[in-house]
Amino acid sequence: MLDAAAIANDTSFMLSRIQFAANISFHILFPTINIALCWILLFFKVRYNQTQDESWLRVYRFWVRIFALTFAIGVVSGITMSFQFGTNWPGYMETVGNIAGPLLGYEVMTAFFLEASFLSIMLFGMDRVSNRVHTMATVLVAFGTTLSAFWILSLDSWMQTPAGFEMIDGVAHVTSWFEVIFNPSMPYRLSHMLLASGLTSAFLICGISAYRLIKGDNKKSVKQALNFSVTLAAVLIPIQIFVGDLHGLNTFKHQPAKVAAMEGVWETATGVPLLLFAIPNEQTRKNSFELKVPNLASIILTHDAEGEIKGLNDFIGAHPPVAPVFFSFRIMIGIGVLMLLFSWLATYQFVIKKHYPPWLLKAGIAMTFSGWLATLAGWYVTEIGRQPYLVSGILRTKDAVTTTPPEDIALSLTLYLVIYGFLLIAYIRTLFVMANRAVILEQANAVTIEQMPLVEPELPLTNEGVK
Amino acid sequence: MAATTVDWLPMVFVGLMGLSFLIYAILDGYDLGVGVLLPLDSQQQRDTMIYSIGPFWDANETWLVMAIGLLLIAFPKAHSLIFQALYLPTALMLAGLILRGVSFDFRTKAPSTDKKKWDYAFKFGSLLATLAQGYMLGRYITSFDDSWLSIAFSGLSAVCVTAGYCFIGAAWLVMKTEGQLQRRAANWAKVTNILMAIGIIAVCITNLLIDKQIMDKWFGGIQVLIVIPITFLLGFTFITVQRYLNKVPMENDLGCWLPFFAAIILFILCFCGLAYSFYPYIVPFKMTIFEAASARESLWVIFVGAAVVLPMIIAYTIFSYKVFWGKTTKLNY
Repeated sequence: MLDAAAIANDTSFMLSRIQFAANISFHILFPTINIALCWILLFFKVRYNQTQDESWLRVYRFWVRIFALTFAIGVVSGITMSFQFGTNWPGYMETVGNIAGPLLGYEVMTAFFLEASFLSIMLFGMDRVSNRVHTMATVLVAFGTTLSAFWILSLDSWMQTPAGFEMIDGVAHVTSWFEVIFNPSMPYRLSHMLLASGLTSAFLICGISAYRLIKGDNKKSVKQALNFSVTLAAVLIPIQIFVGDLHGLNTFKHQPAKVAAMEGVWETATGVPLLLFAIPNEQTRKNSFELKVPNLASIILTHDAEGEIKGLNDFIGAHPPVAPVFFSFRIMIGIGVLMLLFSWLATYQFVIKKHYPPWLLKAGIAMTFSGWLATLAGWYVTEIGRQPYLVSGILRTKDAVTTTPPEDIALSLTLYLVIYGFLLIAYIRTLFVMANRAVILEQANAVTIEQMPLVEPELPLTNEGVK
Repeated sequence: MAATTVDWLPMVFVGLMGLSFLIYAILDGYDLGVGVLLPLDSQQQRDTMIYSIGPFWDANETWLVMAIGLLLIAFPKAHSLIFQALYLPTALMLAGLILRGVSFDFRTKAPSTDKKKWDYAFKFGSLLATLAQGYMLGRYITSFDDSWLSIAFSGLSAVCVTAGYCFIGAAWLVMKTEGQLQRRAANWAKVTNILMAIGIIAVCITNLLIDKQIMDKWFGGIQVLIVIPITFLLGFTFITVQRYLNKVPMENDLGCWLPFFAAIILFILCFCGLAYSFYPYIVPFKMTIFEAASARESLWVIFVGAAVVLPMIIAYTIFSYKVFWGKTTKLNY
């Protein structure tokens, strides 16, 4: 028995959630590439400084343009976020503004300006400042992007595992900033995300380089980039699996309901099997089509074959929707396993056989955006897994939502979805256009390779590329 | 107004926030203006115009995040009141800012046949953003009143704010470019300067008529004396700029910075006038800055950070402008 106002409210709530999810999902794609890509660019630059090998500079010049494009989309989609809190989630700042406010403020003040100001010197300043200042600008941009990740992951982790505060009249007040910033899940989530960024960039570089190689672009710089990216992926993925496991244990300790949803455990039990696949059903509160490995979930989470895992039925009314968390988790793990297989095989080919077979290159192209998928799936696990709370145990998501009429939200949501869909297609297409351009350039200059200018000029076919 | 003794911390924050909005209006103002002015008939001029703002737009836009961020963290109640009232124009503004921001990069990287389309996206994205911002300012000044008169005023405000941004954008181009484009920019500046002047007069009159409190603030006592020099300064700046623009380019490009400098003065005067009219309200006649402020401890934490970081931000902003000083040339990666 709902009256019209309550229905409108519910609709606003659902639409606001979808809108926030759309905004943050679109936004996170671009920082996920750039946090690590900037450090990787620094590596290319430093290698060039050390060796004076111009092919390193070529790698740098090709990827810095992609970095610039990615950065621009990241910035503008990020601006949307700073309005979302007020327009759609006023209850959030009203309840925990004393904590979220300073953390967001520090992100803007210490990170955003640093990145944005030195970015232009990094991008366009190479012939305007000394090489040293240029390298320094690259360091500062990389540092800024990482610092930005630090603050925002600190806030996100605080929403998962709040600490260092007291509630006075329904409003959170800080008792210890140290405990707020370095809350229990923060170190794990931050490391997990930074490694995810490294892997996302590595597979992006690998995919685009493999594409160029397949298209016949035999420049030394392409192979350098490819070798570097598969090695990086091969090194990072085992670390990621290890850190991911630690993160899981941390979640098990602080957010047992989330872990129960990830593992599809309904009843508290000992000696819990690991479900490789199942279809969780929230109506019957049971799984169907289970495919399981006995005792493995208990072993992973408690390091004891007979360890106890709390089930979802212990958290009725306070656990997340099960199926999306359960499946997202499996997608993330599945991609992680593929990444391990691919990167180790590719590194083996590169180190031992000194040659990449074409099928492996094609697999690399197929995995160009695997980092995006794994990262999104991972974020869905952790953010949907926090529901029904916006801030665990303190603020329910539905209590923070706006009273803005649902028609308005439907309109803004449509607007965002159209723009995001369009931009995503344009972005992916442009990456391959840039790769093709570099290939054509190689063919056009094949004869006079020694006369090739330092700067990879823009495609001679463009109007302004002709100089 | 509950506060009997004035707490200085919210005052500092309203100052910081105001400063951020002002810097935003000036800095992103010129690059938005340049976007709106992009001519559809010359690829070469479009290139130069976009090169002139290329190294700066990103940091300029960060001031919006800073200003909105300060409103959000220091005055959260006002943030939600304002942006729930301005829900749709905000979404449109964001759509505009997104389109123009990405066009800047896509135009040189996408297939060359698409370049002109991205230039269109850049121009109309900028236009959408400036119109939305002007409309939002109008709605704010008229306290989100829904009468047709207020809506019409907001429409006027949308046009005039766009004109103001175009003026500062054209003034920027007079400073940063040469030759044919510079003369063209001078013409744009002349027209938009007049439009902006009309807008300023309209806003002044409306502002005074909106509420007796504002009328009393300006004309209710000795402070009326300050109105005269301000009006004089506005008029003087306006006329000097018009006269200078008629002569562009002067020999050796003498005083090419003058229109831009004048635009900054006009922006500062307008901003201070509005701020004075509405103080101590953060949402006109609904909520004062003291009612909207966050807990003191949190403000204090941000204040300490701001005191350390803001001078650094200003220092490297100046550094960045120095690196890209002088007339615009092609941007190379």
